[in-house]
Amino acid sequence: MSAEQQERAVRCLVAKVGLDGHDRGAHVIARAFRDAGFEVVYSGLHRAPEDIVQAAVQEDVDVLGISILSGAHNTLVPKVIEGLKEYDAFDDTLVLVGGIVPDEDETELKELGVAEVFGPGTPMEETIEFIRNNVPERA
Amino acid sequence: MAGPDAPAFADAPTLSDADAALVEDLLSGSHRALARVITKIENRTPGYRAIVSALHEHTGGADVIGITGSPGAGKSTLVDKLAAAYRERGDTVGVIAVDPSSPYTGGAVLGDRIRMGSNVGDMDVFFRSMSARGQLGGLSTATADAVKALDAFGKDVVVLETVGAGQNEVDVVRTADTVAVLVQPGSGDDVQTLKAGILEIGDVFVVNKADMDGAQRTVAELEEMVHRREGGTTGRNAGHHGATSTASTGGGPTKGSRDDDHAAAEGGGSGDAGDSWTPEVLETVANSGEGVGSLIEAFDAHAAYLRESGEIETTERRRYAEEIRTLVRADVGALATAEIERRGGIDRLAERVRDRETDPYAVAEAIVGPIADCVDGERADGDRDA
Repeated sequence: MSAEQQERAVRCLVAKVGLDGHDRGAHVIARAFRDAGFEVVYSGLHRAPEDIVQAAVQEDVDVLGISILSGAHNTLVPKVIEGLKEYDAFDDTLVLVGGIVPDEDETELKELGVAEVFGPGTPMEETIEFIRNNVPERA
Repeated sequence: MAGPDAPAFADAPTLSDADAALVEDLLSGSHRALARVITKIENRTPGYRAIVSALHEHTGGADVIGITGSPGAGKSTLVDKLAAAYRERGDTVGVIAVDPSSPYTGGAVLGDRIRMGSNVGDMDVFFRSMSARGQLGGLSTATADAVKALDAFGKDVVVLETVGAGQNEVDVVRTADTVAVLVQPGSGDDVQTLKAGILEIGDVFVVNKADMDGAQRTVAELEEMVHRREGGTTGRNAGHHGATSTASTGGGPTKGSRDDDHAAAEGGGSGDAGDSWTPEVLETVANSGEGVGSLIEAFDAHAAYLRESGEIETTERRRYAEEIRTLVRADVGALATAEIERRGGIDRLAERVRDRETDPYAVAEAIVGPIADCVDGERADGDRDA
């Protein structure tokens, strides 16, 4: 007997990886996500890829948004994705990257499994809309 | 164990195959499965009850510690240091950190994880943030179920962290075996507000940021309050634990009483069994980790006290009774809500009452009557069967 209502909420991890200490953008994103009704876990600064994986797995997030402004995305993002696969968590996590990413790198990241890359000046609504439309369905 | 006279509970919810596999994975140590089970508990995904049901028999191994205190008191930082200290002695740790969510959008920024700096990369500290979604009294059910998942997973210690700001949160920490209330120095008014509700539930009081001005005064205020509460509620244990009051004059606040408690615990019911627990007041500096060792000792002492005195059985019974009541109330409430909907919704019923067509008692009778009849009918059937 369970007549109770399901209460599904979109859970996001907003992550800062590596030595990049610019987190104003991550804060703004986190707040916008909150106001969109998402539950946002913020990683804090200077996390190693394995820390991000640990957080994403334990928090069982639907969306992992990695903010990188240092240009190190080509080394850091693959490590995160590998880690997610190791814990069997890659398939139902929507991985997004935000930051300054050259076009050719963007193609490469998407081949790796990043769902979308959002550059500077992307309207917040666009990112939120993208998440709403692409958040993985879970059993 | 159901005796011959006890009704059999054959109605345990049945697990779907996928959920049975999930439970199996959790029990065999899959972090992913543990995380997913907690998500299902949080979302109340259909089938989650069967999962928690299946986990129940595997629980009971963990020490569950609740930590509460006003925002900014340093709960998350302290929990981080506690987790690291437990890990150092070989214990595995689970943490559930509850943060408020917006009543308007339902969204939340769960920030406690930022403070978990000492344990990043260590998978044997399982840290999970939960938001207080607009659940009517359901938050404590959800957190208690999440604690069960961590317990069944095999965590030695489970820490439940929550802002102590309301009945909901109080209900949450009450599901822990040992409750620590965190206070920051110089918050005289803070201590005043603690009186209402939270003071009663503390087994250990912690003055965090003890290197700040006013720490000693806050310690003294808490000591005084603890003893006033003691005098007010239980007059019987004045003798043995009277040591605490003298200890507060020294530099290390309650060292004496802690040793006492150890002695009492190790004494193993040698006439001390009737003694009740006197809350300790400790000082910590979570940033540097100072005092964390003593705090863990205090937690251990309280756990030992619960076991030796037999108090643990009483608290567990009380806790499970509360869980049963909450669930039954919620389920019966849901039945009633559905019935109200079938009768045109609460607004229409209210309007009819306003028009003097009917009255609230008649409406309640009309809604609950059929449910009561069903229950009575079932009971009559049962009696005939027996």
